[in-house]
Amino acid sequence: MAQRADAVTRRAGIIAAGLTVAVVLAACVGIATRAEPTAGLRAGDWSAIRFTVVQALLSAAFSVVLAVPLARALARRRFFGRDLLVIFLGVPFILPVIVAVIGLLAVFGRNGWLNHVLGLLGLPELSVYGLHGVVLAHVFFNLPLATRLLLQAWQAIPAERFRLVAQLGLSPRAVNRALEWPLLRQVLPGAFALIFVICLTSFAVALTLGGGPRSTTIELAIYQTFRYDFDLSRAALLSVVQLALAGGAALLALWIIPQIAVGGGLDRVARRWDARGGMQRIGDFGMILLGAGFLLMPLGAVVWRGLWGMGDLPASVWQASANSLFVAGLSVLLLLALALPMAGWIAMQKRGGIEAIGLLGLSASPLMIGTGWFILLNPVVDPVALALPVTALVNALMALPFALRILVPRMRDTAQQFGRLNAALGVRGWPLWRWVLVPRAAAQIGFAAGLTGALSMGDLGVIALFADPERATLPLEMYRLMGAYRMEAAAAAALLLLGLSLAIFWICDRGGRAYADV
Amino acid sequence: MRHLALAATTTLIATAAVADTPVLTVYAGDYFTSEWGPGPVIEAEFEKTCDCDLQFSTGDLLPRLLLEGQRTKADVVIGLTSDLTAKARATDLFAPHGQNNADLTLPITWTDDTFLPFNYGHTAFIYNETLMDTPPASFDALLAMPDDVKLVIQDPRTSISGLALVLWVQAVYGERAEEVWGQLAPKILTVTKDWSSSYGMFTDGEADMVLSYTTSPAYHMFAEEDFTKKAAIFPEGHYFMVETVAKIADTDQPELADAFMAFVMSEAFQTQIPTANWSLPSALPRDQWPDGWSQLPLPEKVLFFDEAQAAAVQEQAIEAWRSALTQ
Repeated sequence: MAQRADAVTRRAGIIAAGLTVAVVLAACVGIATRAEPTAGLRAGDWSAIRFTVVQALLSAAFSVVLAVPLARALARRRFFGRDLLVIFLGVPFILPVIVAVIGLLAVFGRNGWLNHVLGLLGLPELSVYGLHGVVLAHVFFNLPLATRLLLQAWQAIPAERFRLVAQLGLSPRAVNRALEWPLLRQVLPGAFALIFVICLTSFAVALTLGGGPRSTTIELAIYQTFRYDFDLSRAALLSVVQLALAGGAALLALWIIPQIAVGGGLDRVARRWDARGGMQRIGDFGMILLGAGFLLMPLGAVVWRGLWGMGDLPASVWQASANSLFVAGLSVLLLLALALPMAGWIAMQKRGGIEAIGLLGLSASPLMIGTGWFILLNPVVDPVALALPVTALVNALMALPFALRILVPRMRDTAQQFGRLNAALGVRGWPLWRWVLVPRAAAQIGFAAGLTGALSMGDLGVIALFADPERATLPLEMYRLMGAYRMEAAAAAALLLLGLSLAIFWICDRGGRAYADV
Repeated sequence: MRHLALAATTTLIATAAVADTPVLTVYAGDYFTSEWGPGPVIEAEFEKTCDCDLQFSTGDLLPRLLLEGQRTKADVVIGLTSDLTAKARATDLFAPHGQNNADLTLPITWTDDTFLPFNYGHTAFIYNETLMDTPPASFDALLAMPDDVKLVIQDPRTSISGLALVLWVQAVYGERAEEVWGQLAPKILTVTKDWSSSYGMFTDGEADMVLSYTTSPAYHMFAEEDFTKKAAIFPEGHYFMVETVAKIADTDQPELADAFMAFVMSEAFQTQIPTANWSLPSALPRDQWPDGWSQLPLPEKVLFFDEAQAAAVQEQAIEAWRSALTQ
């Protein structure tokens, strides 16, 4: 049924995938040239691996399970401010870790809002530190992603289907079995795998909210091995463990995704005759309220605290903001150059196994990629001069799997719907992209670009390793403010970071959808 | 066309003029060069004394030096603490500093001829006196505090202050370190990757005490006129932290590098340390400290492992911390 990839699409896709692999492999080679053989993994490393897997599994499971009712509620309700709410609900995902931790602690911390309320009610204090704190933070980050992925898939069910099931008089349970469950089966494994991999590489949040060394993740062990022991070979070994875990999970999940053709529809807003019941309505709005409260209150805390320090912001944050915007813009361009050909290629394959390549960049430790490239570049050029482009590249790689998750299903549908027509008309190569794939996937492209830009805004990444004062990015500047005891100014920088990330996301996302509406 | 040729010539001359000014490249930690850190003033003051251009390059000092090895572009490295100098020394990148250690005003004797101290402080737990009326008066008293007093500390494997803390416990309690960590464990709210996150959590009221430096209250006193933040001073002694500056052996600017080492010991440099780096100057008698600074409560007794001792006990000290806190 799927259209066979034409030569141009396939070649571009293979080149993009090859480049992705090459960037990661080159970094490994760079590390390998400097690594001296060591004894291998230590006892502490094994407990780090165990903890990493357990927290990632829990985080992914909670994020995905909670996303189902939230996305369903959002998919079948129309209310004032819904579009705005959907945008704001996505914000936690693009938040820099440090900003998110500030917000989460303001709400769930010892001195946070929740404990103040509990204290007023005479209830015991809740502690956010421990494995549950790590999972809470990861759900805060990833529930929006899972919700958005599900929501997009839900909206991809043609409105005509719902009209049909309404005419047939199917019960909500039957609608669920006929329309919604097949859809979930298609989207959930991928979303689960993606979030599992994201949580696998987490480290700052795991340490801070995990409560101590028992919450060491593999990525933290890599960082420590590199920073403290400077044992490159053990760092490389740990990176390989992380790659294998993440890659294995990705492959497994991608292979069990069944191919389900959604079929052609007319893109009308779905009316849900099946969800008019009063209890369903109350349940949906309750779910939306809970989700919005959980995701928006920490953001509110960041805004509230940041406003107080706005007057203290030093001039250097503007230079840092410009650097961060440059990194974000560049990584969006790099991402599109890699993701579009890859998505086009994957969409025309029978199975999605190649998508796992996209996960390479995310599952490889950013610190390892940065260090590897530093070693490679150092003899040739001054790596400091390339600090910002390298950061942009690492960010683009980390965003690649998100972009593919977002783009591939849409492109696959497009290829299936228009495949025969294209073949009949001989539309292929560049015109295929220009007239069929890009316009049909504009909303998804905008969303992917927005995510990438916002994620790169907040990434501290490799820049901390080698950056001269003029190349500081906004997150780094925020750390500098904290390091100089300027906590209020740092809170204001966090707010600025939040605002800029949101602005980039909004512009790209809006731009894509406006184009798609034409 | 002539305009273009003229412009090209002017550009060439301008480039040549810039190239004539020798550049001294100083690797420094990130915090050092921010506009509120000591870097900008030091740069301006030093450039007054030399016909040169001082350029800071920031980042993770030790990993970067280890990665670059002999290819490093640094002429001078400023900011390595004494707990890291053993690893730095092993690179064979450094030359003797050429300054007289007798001019130092440290509370300990300094004999190293390669790494020259430019500031110091002591590891200490900071508290807010309006929120904590009976702060611990000794390390033993800290251990005896109820478990609902919460501390934030830093991970010794990722932060230099966290490393100083485990060495502090090791210096005070020696063999008993693991048992002591076992007593501290229920009071430890969390461990952060770096000092900044910890200190932010403390100022947000998330924890009762934070691991920081004896000079932290000085920032609140002199920059914010906030006199509520205090360091708990322990008679058992406080671990001594010193930051050093060192000269790269095969620098292409040996005279400038030497001039910079001498400048570090000068009053122009040393007087910047308290109010720009919020730490204590290494070569400035106490009576020359800025107003109010000599009244800052400081420990009587300092505990210090030289780099060889620190290197020898580090692994054991971190393991004691890790195993007690993992249980």
